[in-house]
This record gives sequence, structure tokens and C-alpha cells, in this order.
Amino acid sequence: MTEPAAQPSGAVWLTREGLNQLLGALRAQGYEVIGPRLGEGAIIYDRIQTIEDLPAGWTEEQEAGRYRLRRRQDDALFGYNLGPQSWKKFLHPPVLRLFSAEKNNGEFRILPPDGESPRYAFVGVRACELAAIAVQDRVLLGDQFVEPNYEARRKELFIVAVQCTRAAPTCFCSSMGTGPQVQGGADLVLTELSEGFVARAASARGAEVLAAIERRPASAEECRQAEEAVAAAAAQIVRRLDTRDLVRRLYEACESPHWDDVARRCLACTNCTMVCPTCFCTTVEDTSTVTGDRAERWRKWDSCFTESFSYIHGGSVRTSVRSRYRQWLTHKLASWVDQFDMFGCVGCGRCITWCPAGIDLTEEVKKLLAPV
Amino acid sequence: MLRGLPRKPRIAVFKFASCDGCQLSLLDAEDELLAVADAVEIAYFPEASRRMLKGPYDIGLVEGSITTHHDAERIQQVRRQCRTLITIGACATAGGIQALRNWKDANEFVRHVYARPDFIQTLKMSTPIAEHVPVDGELRGCPINKNQLVELVSALVAGRKPNIPTHSVCMECKRQGTVCLLVARGVACLGPVTQAGCGALCPRYGRGCYGCFGPMEAANPASLSEIFRAQGRPNDAIVRDFRNFNAWAWQFRQASEEAERA
Repeated sequence: MTEPAAQPSGAVWLTREGLNQLLGALRAQGYEVIGPRLGEGAIIYDRIQTIEDLPAGWTEEQEAGRYRLRRRQDDALFGYNLGPQSWKKFLHPPVLRLFSAEKNNGEFRILPPDGESPRYAFVGVRACELAAIAVQDRVLLGDQFVEPNYEARRKELFIVAVQCTRAAPTCFCSSMGTGPQVQGGADLVLTELSEGFVARAASARGAEVLAAIERRPASAEECRQAEEAVAAAAAQIVRRLDTRDLVRRLYEACESPHWDDVARRCLACTNCTMVCPTCFCTTVEDTSTVTGDRAERWRKWDSCFTESFSYIHGGSVRTSVRSRYRQWLTHKLASWVDQFDMFGCVGCGRCITWCPAGIDLTEEVKKLLAPV
Repeated sequence: MLRGLPRKPRIAVFKFASCDGCQLSLLDAEDELLAVADAVEIAYFPEASRRMLKGPYDIGLVEGSITTHHDAERIQQVRRQCRTLITIGACATAGGIQALRNWKDANEFVRHVYARPDFIQTLKMSTPIAEHVPVDGELRGCPINKNQLVELVSALVAGRKPNIPTHSVCMECKRQGTVCLLVARGVACLGPVTQAGCGALCPRYGRGCYGCFGPMEAANPASLSEIFRAQGRPNDAIVRDFRNFNAWAWQFRQASEEAERA
């Protein structure tokens, strides 16, 4: 096949069949392809084979404490925003055996870790989610100590980003400077239009995969439409978080009476931290069999909303829910900046939607910072 | 938790007012049962064996609630015989489903149910074991989870702290990737106020959590009631939500009484 003349932007046009070929090409390269699909009344991230698995014609309604699947007028494959799960469940697994050990004839032996880490290709990563992966990169890879399980999954990861062409009422990526336009971190960037996709490679690996599938240069009109679609998503964003001088202002609000108001509503159920794409905390559990000849160490997602999370000798440091919510919010938006030089929040709004009580951090920040 | 336990601790299983389902969990732990029987001496377990050895015991597992004068005295003896006493199941830890009598006149039930009410001696209330004697640990649930029971016994034998989380069921749902029923489908689910341990069994099958494991640490049922109400759930349904197996656990009791008054 002759190489089609590239547009100045390098953008190409993919039909749906082209996308299907892309999924096939990724699988042929040995990737486990993960993408959006319908499951349990939501759009979740799971293994996909072909474009038939994608949630064609489905979208969602989101508001604080509420999510509902809805049919779209069209059959768009990526016509939704965000579901309950984030990609962290693959890169930073919720439950992971760190090692196991056996006692045999009085001899104690550490067993080798479980197999090789999976090689993932993510399809349908949003701009805010790329930013979230970048945050976890900073936390888990960016310092003196590297988290090896994350690293093994991360270094093999192939990312097909899909830009948002609509925004949910819970989105506030524009406030956090993370979206809806993809800024980096992907191998391929797609924008869905009614008949297909405007695609561009954002890495050498991305270009290589793209070169192997059916495509043609995108027309100037198609590129313009794609830009307009993303701009339309940006225009739909209604939630705002004022980040100016936020770190100092939040620290100053540490004794605000409003924390008590949040604590009255907060269930301390941990849902916000579980759905947050940047929350990275884990706990470690050691187990032993009743016979005492086998022991295992497991790592599990943990949350600063549990009592045991701040347990040190003598008891828990954060005994009140007030102190736990304050810890979480100020970490996301203030002390994270001190620690990692970036916000721990990317504006995806999952903590708003998936809080059963509908606690909305953008609203809470406004109230915390309001002059008394 | 336990120090200086003998290499093969003597274990006893006692039953009070209950359905036996929790102690059966031990027999139900088929894969681990032989190992358990090997690691501990089952000294007193009438449900499983006619061989009933006298105390004292290293570990006592107590099932059931206190509903009679006789049991109120017997639990004192049991406590004296057990070095470590663990309550197992919603009856023992919270009073059980039979604690529904606590809102009613128990004598009236007796008059209606029994041909010879004068043969029946019962207390007005069904109360958890911890209201009568000090308790060293508890396993929640209606029934308890057999994996938690095996974990408890393994930990006691090894002299380590058992991994018995006290956080919400939500965390179990999220770790296993179950989509939130409350948020995505408007199902009245007690998960956000209920202690984990069952592996979020009901939500995994699309049913809201019934709260079998009772209130979690720092449970906030008042907030959950407000959420249910906002979703259009009537107050009498909310009363019933909180008034089941763990009705007498104070957090749930308070929530059901508030809903009753509302």
C-alpha cells in the first residue's frame, strides 16, 4: 500500500472498520486490549475484542450522587464521558499478592512472584484520565523509590486516547487544566465524528500501529469538525473550581466550621477515594494458613476515610470523619502540591457522581473559602 | 491478641438464642476443616460431636443472644471458662433478628404463640453477649463468613492479629469492580453504613446490601436515611431497612427510631 499524502497536522481518517483493525493490530502485538463496555448498569472498563464490544449508542447522565445509563440518538462508540471505574484498577490493582512463602520440613522459602505483568493497551482514555495517569506516574515512579508492580504495567502500556465531544455536569477538567483536549501522554489520539475518527499518532509506537491499518489523510474539514467537537465539550462544562492561590487558602480554612457540615453528610464509605483515578493508598495484609505452613502478603486499596488508615501506636490519629474528609480534600488540592508539585485532582468528577451522599468537592471548596 | 497460647489450643463452641447457622459455618469450612481440627483441640462443640470435654478453654466461640434468665446466668459461667471469648454472628454481637421483640411486648408474643404460656420464661429483651460479659473479639454477620472464621482461628493459632476489617461494604464492592447500585440504579443499599466481611455478596448479584454485618466503624446511618428519603423511599421502608438482623445495634436502632418518628 502506498503511503497516503499526510495532512500538515499528520491527522488521518479512520473508519469504524479502521478502528476495528486497530484493536486487532494491538491484540496481534500481544496487548490485552481494555476499553469501555456495558456492564452492571454502567459503562465500565474491561477486556474488549472488537468494536462490537464498545457501548455503541449509549451515554450516561451524571450528577452529584447519581448515574444513569441512557440511549443516545446516534450510535456513537465513545458518546459517554466517564464511568465508575478508572484505569488505575489495571495499573495499580485493587488487590495484589506481593509474595507468598512456604514452610517445608522446617525450612522457610519465599516463593517467586506470580507470573509476568500483563501488557495492556487502553482504548478510550480521556484527557483527564491521561492527566490522572501522569499523577500516578509522579507518585509511584517519580521519586527515589519506584513501585515495581506499577512500573511493570506502565512501561508496556499503549494508550489510545479518545477526546471528549461532550461534557457531563460533573466534569471540571478545564478548571484543573487537564482537558477536554488531550495534551499528551497518549500513543494515539482519536476524535469521534459521526462516520469515523480523526486520528493522529502521538508517539513512535502510535505511528507504527497506525501505519499498519487502513486509513487516509483526514481532510481539513474533518480536522475542523474534530476541533469544534472538542470545543463544544469544553463549552458544556459547568462546574468550576477556582485554583488561584488555592493551597494557601485551603490551609487557612483548616478550622472552618464547614468541615462539620460535610462530616454530617459524609458516610466515610470510602467511595470517593476508590473511584478517584489518582488516589493511590494501599494497605498490606499478612495472612497465614491454619496449619502455619503457608503465608502470604497481600496489598489492597486503602482509604484515608477508614479508622485503621491513620492507626499508629496507641490509636488512630484521625478519629473523626471531619478530620478524614479534611485530610482527603486538603491532600488533593493543597498538600499534594507541596509533595508532588501538582494537584492530586484532575477534575474528572467521579468523587461527585459516585458519592452516595452527593458531596461535591467543588461546592465544598467554595463554602470553605467563602468569607465568614 | 493472644499471647502464650498452647501449641494446640482448646476450643469450645457455645450456643445461646440463635439458629445455629453461624456455628455451622465452622463445619461448612470443608476445605479447611481437617486442618482446623488438627490445629486446635475441639473440646466442646455439641453441634459437631458428642465428646464434650470440661473447661477451661483457650478459645470460646459464642453464638446467639441472651433472651432468658437461664442464659443470662450461663453466659457468666461460659465467660469464666474461656480465656478468650469471641462472639460470632449478628445474634451474639447485636441481639439478632429476635431483638425485634425489644420494641414490642414479649409477653404478648408468648400468649399468642404458645398453648401453655405459663411454661415459658423469657426476658423482655434480646441482648448481645457484650451487654453481659466482656468480649475479646467479634465476628459479624448473619451468618458469619466462613473465611473470616478460618482467618480468626488461623490468626489465634499463629498469635497474630486477624484481618477482620471494620470499614464499609463499599470498599469490597470497589475492590472487586462491582458498580454502585445506590448511585447507578437507585437501589436502597445499606453498604455505605455496613461493615465489610461478606465480600459484598448481595451487591455482586445486583441486590442492595441488607446490613447483615451490622454497622461499620463510624457509621452514619442518618445520612443514608436522608439519601433514601431523597430517592423517594418511604419512612416505614427505611425503618425496616435498619430493623432486621442487627436492629438492636445502637447505630441502626437510632436510625430506625429516627425514621419512625419522621
